[in-house]
Amino acid sequence: MEAKLIICGRDPNRLAKTFNLLEGGGHQSFCGDLTEDSVLQELTEDLPLLDGIVHNAGLYVIKPSQFLNRETLDETLNINFFSPAVLSQKLLKGKKINRGGSIVFVSSIFGVKISAVGSAAYSASKGAINGYMKAMALEMAPKNIRVNSVNPGMVNTNLMKHNQTVTEEQLEEDRKKYPMKRYGKPEEVAYGVIFLLSDASSYITGSQLVIDGGYTLL
Amino acid sequence: MTVENFIQHFANQLDDTDVSVLTPLTEFKTLDEWSSLTALSIIAMADEEYNAKLKGEDLKNALTLEDLFQIVLSKKE
Repeated sequence: MEAKLIICGRDPNRLAKTFNLLEGGGHQSFCGDLTEDSVLQELTEDLPLLDGIVHNAGLYVIKPSQFLNRETLDETLNINFFSPAVLSQKLLKGKKINRGGSIVFVSSIFGVKISAVGSAAYSASKGAINGYMKAMALEMAPKNIRVNSVNPGMVNTNLMKHNQTVTEEQLEEDRKKYPMKRYGKPEEVAYGVIFLLSDASSYITGSQLVIDGGYTLL
Repeated sequence: MTVENFIQHFANQLDDTDVSVLTPLTEFKTLDEWSSLTALSIIAMADEEYNAKLKGEDLKNALTLEDLFQIVLSKKE
């Protein structure tokens, strides 16, 4: 895939590591915390015109609702919803998105199709993104800018390694509930994102691309 | 920071079990009310009350409420 990427991240080491994995040239990286308005402002001011955006940053805190006070909710909602929403607002205001462009939100089946015990904050954030995505799709359609989401089920990523609220055994039991008896791989979600970014999905907007190995069929 | 206080906090997460039936030697995972939701509530309680970040493995390794209390103390920040 030939594309020039601008990648963003909070951790300079991980960002550099990802940057060095990129094939091709002309890429840029930007280090900062997307929950900070000053960071979003700095990021969007220097941007060239974009043909595609992937809102990927996210947090998955597992906590029952009786523990979700305002502070805890804010922690999840800030990165999962407010960051992509405010970033979108700044990009649109700055007219940084080309006609024919594509915007992809990394959403989830959680909060959109289903939910789970302990998932109220995360589900709320993805439900919010879901609604936002649909309205944005309608607004952008006349400019031929498509707005969609990928909605993965459980995927083997670092998000899981950081969150050790559940044990490896519990994860193994959970995997068995998936029709394909496994969680997804990060690249299996990435391919969905690429499809939505590309012209192959030129007539698709406002949609949720469920990538869950059939989990929500049951 | 006593085990009695801890047991009270533990009991507060339960709806059908009275604190009077709980002792340091109670094997908490055998309680009728124990479930994956209770487990998550205990992890969240340890964070909120003791600033201790428990993992699923910690609950798996603890047998009694005393065991759990000791693990919470060791993880307290």
